[in-house]
Order: sequence, then structure tokens, then C-alpha cells
Amino acid sequence: MSGTALYDAIGPRGHRRILLGSVLGGLLIAAIVAVVLLRLANNGQLEAERWEVLTNEAVQRRLFVDGLVATLKAAGVAILLSLVVGALLAIGRISRYAWFRGLVAAWVEFFRGLPLLLMIFFLFLGGPQLGVDIPVFWALVLGLTLYNSAVIAEIFRAGILSLPKGQTEAAYAVGLRRVQTLRIVLLPQAIRLMLPALVSQVVTLLKDTALGFVIGYPELLRTGREVIEFVGGPYSLPIYVEMAVIYIVVNATLSWFARWLDRRTARRYGKTVEMSVADEAA
Amino acid sequence: MGLVFDNFDRYIEGFLNTLSLTLISAVLAIAIGTVLAGFRVSPVPVLRATGTFYVETLRNTPLTLVFFFAVFVLPQVDVRLSFFAFAVVALTVYHAAFFCEAVRSGINAVGVGQAEAARSIGLGFGQTLRIVVLPQAFRTVVPPLINVFIALTKNSSIAAAFAVTELTKIGLDLANTTGEPIPVLLGVAAFYLIITIPAGQLAGVVERRVAFAR
Repeated sequence: MSGTALYDAIGPRGHRRILLGSVLGGLLIAAIVAVVLLRLANNGQLEAERWEVLTNEAVQRRLFVDGLVATLKAAGVAILLSLVVGALLAIGRISRYAWFRGLVAAWVEFFRGLPLLLMIFFLFLGGPQLGVDIPVFWALVLGLTLYNSAVIAEIFRAGILSLPKGQTEAAYAVGLRRVQTLRIVLLPQAIRLMLPALVSQVVTLLKDTALGFVIGYPELLRTGREVIEFVGGPYSLPIYVEMAVIYIVVNATLSWFARWLDRRTARRYGKTVEMSVADEAA
Repeated sequence: MGLVFDNFDRYIEGFLNTLSLTLISAVLAIAIGTVLAGFRVSPVPVLRATGTFYVETLRNTPLTLVFFFAVFVLPQVDVRLSFFAFAVVALTVYHAAFFCEAVRSGINAVGVGQAEAARSIGLGFGQTLRIVVLPQAFRTVVPPLINVFIALTKNSSIAAAFAVTELTKIGLDLANTTGEPIPVLLGVAAFYLIITIPAGQLAGVVERRVAFAR
């Protein structure tokens, strides 16, 4: 339902009301912003000298060349691994052996039901107990992979199941085997339908790399904290704000791309795999 | 397993803290999220823009960074709270954006005819939304709301890094003192699954019920 069905074409009185609403709403929001700015100013947070730290070349190099690159590296490796593992899990989920389907389903449910941070700690702390030292980078990447491969497996499965049954039947009728059917007929069509949901999952994964902060992997957030410790607490607000802007610009671009892809795919090829709000939150 | 039973009271303490952290944040976030969803479908451009700006900002920011803003930046605007309350603020602010999107998709799922019928018998925008659209939207929206609640439960573990003694923090402390992280953290995992798996089942049941009612 488009928003317009909730209210009629707006007449003169409606326009006056909307104007009133806009002015009141605008004033309320302006008041909130003003209180925040005033208090920040009272605490000396808005002095130009503090924000000039952002013009410091060494600070920017740390944030972009060290922090952002490390974030993208962890995210990139984790995405590749998650796609491979997720595809394998999805194939397991539609296997013809019921016990194997059940096993894979339990695996997926288990890892989707646990906090990602717990998995990262499990690898990071549990590894040494078994005599394997897992570096922070791999604890983060493998943790991300365990969680995201489970989510991606569900996206793959939804993509394959959303295709009409006739596709599989026709493939069998011309004599293709199960694996051939999947590879030649189903996957090429399913990938188109699930691509928007996959891109949207990339945004979630990218956000989750910030958990590397907790175990000490020097990604963007950790690097930002180190910069703050170096330049001093008074400069923390400008650097936090800049980090937020970096994350938002990168992720909003990706989200926008996912939605554009979704609209385009839906127009050309029909219903795409749904982008789950809950998966985005986790 | 012995380790888990020896420290059962600590696990229960962490479990209850996680539960209250999650429930308080969920109630607040659902309230704010519903208001934001109202903003996003309203005829007033300023409110629409505010809702969109809020959602787009928060859904693209890592929750850990939101925690940093709560713990280090709120004191700069003279808001000083306990670590638990800071965690509630961070979790609420972040998840309100996702509850908003869940509710909005629910509003969009209610048939156009419903809103048109409400308009044609003379209800205003607020009445249409409150009396006709939202009650129906809430029904379809319950499964996604539960799913966001599950995400919130899992995400509450990040509070462990900000001095809140919830499940994950208890697990880390026990792992430290006993030197056996594997059984200790498996115990923690079991407690999370006590919340997330039944909630997931519930979402499935409600989804099938609603599907039948249509």
C-alpha cells in the first residue's frame, strides 16, 4: 500500500494543517538539536580547535589506510568464506537424505540462534585450550563466517525454492541429474533473485566487523580508539563522529545498491528473496 | 558440564540480567519504532524526513559504535547513567530503527482497500492508522517483531564489552577464573538458545496462524 491511501488528496485546510505540523515538528526537532548542541558547547566540545584534529593528515591516514582497510579486509575474506560455506549448507538443506537435511538444519538453527560475539570469543579463547592459537584476524573472520554462512544458506535455499517446480521437472525430463539440474538450471536463475538479499547481508557483515574491536583486531573502530588514546580524550567526539560517517557512507551506498538491484530484478524477473529486517539487525 | 553446574547461580544471574536488558530495551524500542513508522508514512514532510534520516543512520552504523556514543558521548551532554542504563539506551536507539522497518512493512502489507474504506467513512489520517491499519498491521508484523527481538537478545551480548554483567560477561569472567573457556562458553550458548530457539518457534507458529486467517 502506498502512503497516499492513508490520506486523501490534500485540500487547502489539509495544507494548512500540514504546514502547522511541519512547523511544530520542525521546532521540536530543532529544540532537541539545540539542547544537545548547547550542552556540547558548554562542555567545550564544539571549539574549532578540537575539530581541527580531523584535518591532521596522520589521523586520517590511521583511520582510512589502517582502520578502514583492515575492516574491508576482514569483511572481504569473511564474505567469500561465508558464500562458499553457505552454498554448501544450502545444498545440504535440500539433500535427498532426510537425516542429513535434519543435521544441516540443526547446524543452521544453532548458529543463527547464538550471539556472534560469543562465537568469536569461543574461537579466540577456546582455540588455545585445544592447543591451537587462533590469531585475532581469524577469530573474527571465522566467527563472522560461522554466523553469516548460516544466514546465507537460508537466502540460497529461499532463492532455489522460489523457482517454479516446472524448472526442476523439465530439467529431469531432458535427462539431467540432480547436480546438473542445480548447476545448469536452478542456480543461474536463483542467483539473480537472491543477489539483493546477499548484498544487504554484506552490509550486516560489514557492521559486525566492528566486533573485532572487542578481541583487539585493529579494524576501523579499534584504530579510532587508538587514535583517541594517542591524541587525547578531548578529541574523542570528532573522531567518533567521523567513524560513524565513514560506516554510514560505506553501508548506505551498499544498502542503496541492494535496493536498486532489488527493484530492477523484481521488475524483470519477478519476486526476489526477501531482505529480512531481523537479519539486518543482527 | 560440572563447571556449569558448579557456577549455576552465576549463570542464572547473567541470564536474568540479559533477560531484563533485552526486555526493557525491546519495550522501549518497539514504542519508539512504532512512532517512527507513523512518522515515515505521515503526510507531514518534516516528520517523514526525520523518520527516514533516523532509520538510515542507525541501520548503517555498527551497534558497537552506538554503544561508544552512549557511554562516552552522552556524558558530554550531561547525561550520566549506570552502565546498565547506557546499554539499554544503546540497544533501544539501535533496534528502534529495525522495529520501525518491521512495523512499516506491516503497514504496507495491509490492503489498500482497508485504508480507502476508512477514509471513505470519514476517518482522518490518525484515526485511519490507529483504528483500522495498525491493529491489522500488528498481526502480520508479530513474526518480524519477534525476529528483531531475537536479534536484540543476541546483540545484547555486546554490553559485555561495556561492563554490564550479562551472560556473555559472566561467561568471560568464568572462562578467566576456571581457565576452561570451552565448557564455560558452551554453557553460555545454551542459555542464549533457551531464549532464541523458543522465540523463533513462536514466530513460526504465529506466522502460520496469520497465514491461515487471511
